[in-house]
Amino acid sequence: MFFSHNSISKIIMNRNIDTKKIIISNPLKLDCGKEINNFPIAYETYGELNSEKSNAILVFHALTGDQYVSGKNPITNKDGWWSYAVGENKPIDTNKFFVICANVIGGCMGSYGPSTINETTGKQIGTDFPIITINDMVNAQYELIKYLKIEKLFAVVGGSMGGMQVLQFVANFPDKAKLAIPIACTSSHSAQNIAFNELGRQAIMADSKWENGFYSNYKLNPDKGLAVARMAAHITYLSEKGLQEKFGRKLQDRDSLRYGFEADFQIESYLRYQGSVFVDRFDANSYLYITRAMDYFDLSKQYKGNLSNAFKKTKTKFFVISFTSDWLYPTSENREIVIALNSIGADVGFVEIESDKGHDSFLLDVSSFLKTLGDYINSTYEVINERRI
Amino acid sequence: MKEEFNIISNLIKENTRVLDVGCGNGDLMKFLQENKTKDIRGLEISKEKVQNCLSKGLTVIEGNAESDLKQFPKSSFDYVILSQTLQAFLNPELVINELLKVGKKVIVTIPNFGYWRVRLQLLFKGTMPVTENLPHEWYNTPNLHMCTIKDFYNFCSTKNIKIFKSIALKKSRISEINESNLNYKNLDSHLGIFLIES
Repeated sequence: MFFSHNSISKIIMNRNIDTKKIIISNPLKLDCGKEINNFPIAYETYGELNSEKSNAILVFHALTGDQYVSGKNPITNKDGWWSYAVGENKPIDTNKFFVICANVIGGCMGSYGPSTINETTGKQIGTDFPIITINDMVNAQYELIKYLKIEKLFAVVGGSMGGMQVLQFVANFPDKAKLAIPIACTSSHSAQNIAFNELGRQAIMADSKWENGFYSNYKLNPDKGLAVARMAAHITYLSEKGLQEKFGRKLQDRDSLRYGFEADFQIESYLRYQGSVFVDRFDANSYLYITRAMDYFDLSKQYKGNLSNAFKKTKTKFFVISFTSDWLYPTSENREIVIALNSIGADVGFVEIESDKGHDSFLLDVSSFLKTLGDYINSTYEVINERRI
Repeated sequence: MKEEFNIISNLIKENTRVLDVGCGNGDLMKFLQENKTKDIRGLEISKEKVQNCLSKGLTVIEGNAESDLKQFPKSSFDYVILSQTLQAFLNPELVINELLKVGKKVIVTIPNFGYWRVRLQLLFKGTMPVTENLPHEWYNTPNLHMCTIKDFYNFCSTKNIKIFKSIALKKSRISEINESNLNYKNLDSHLGIFLIES
């Protein structure tokens, strides 16, 4: 029953999302060598840009995120993905800051991606879409910042893949942000993370409805494969302790084992549910493209094997945050960023937040994280304004 | 506390680059930021204290001086401060060496175990000293390697560490320590403050 959703209608509807959108006419040279132009970037903003244009914060979303950081997400009718952190009177207070978030290219919420309709054929681009990288995503979003006529952002912030974009943004545009907050991320995708992403991609591509990525031509959707990909990934976002405490061996709506392959255990039912709701809002090809972009991310390699070189030209202040129970982007990988920054005398703060909620901690109601993040952003905003840097 | 901060602040030239190792809740960092230099960083082992510092907008890294000082390049700070923490390290000698690498100059302050009030407690009560400055019992003290002003003075000369300035503090009375008054200052001061260089 968990795989019975007909998500085609939703996916098709997604193509006509009523979202803020700009068309980037400047050609963008992608890392793969191809060039794109006249492509859409969907975005959302919260709060007001002040007259000095000094209060803008660009938030980058993670793998399955979108531009709806806060408020109600019009597609899912649920709270925005970072509602704990962003909004009125939240740590990143939209009464004070102008928050911008764009859907990454490769995504499926209105920005240029594999589900974008090719105007000449009238069909989705599918796997004819070029391979994109974190670098490409960031360069595309920079066009949005130019369009909004913001000379210098107060901050760039993001967790997980959003954190990778933060690092890439500062490397690409060293004088365009005063503050950078990469959270629960890495400067170089590890073998373990590539392995998990590959598992997800193989699940999608093994689904007979994938049709080499042209499923929409056949009005099909590889939702079983995508759901399995999501289920596997979801486990990596949690921690063993968190899982054990929340689910243990508790049974789902039954008193005893059924001696079959139904979801006897709550954890099974939970994962199936996570998979099923995910396919309603996410495009399988986008999942392939975005996980590939993450796998290709290796900032130190971009700078000849020396991560510090990525940040040599910048005066941006950094604040790196990791979580104790995050085994997907563990503290050690976040610390490498700190070490690279320290080795060139950059201005960097770092803390590992105690939490048993795993990698997902940055998205959840983890009070010490939210408090530290909010206090830091607010006091740094005051200090920087005082000093008029 | 205030006197110690003032003495440290007076040892530091304006607008220099400073690292406070074991910066606690960032009180000294704040003090120096207001009085001496904006370019100040902190290193602190306690998550809670790091969060307190960051909440104040201070640039602090969670880490351990014994393992995490290595990541800073040689002489990358004009001053590195170690305020009343040397005694808490497993390997104080290693920490001093790391500090001297990272900082052009190092300021170390030590609670003086040679202070007469401390000595009297051991002599007459026969128990490990508990004072205002050393408030812990022997079984819960974080202080693993207590030393005296004289110990640290001798340590510097044995290891060929240059002492630029050595100051003794008793209550709020400040005086200079030198070769000739060392024994007296070692008896009559609760805190020693040293400006050193390798």
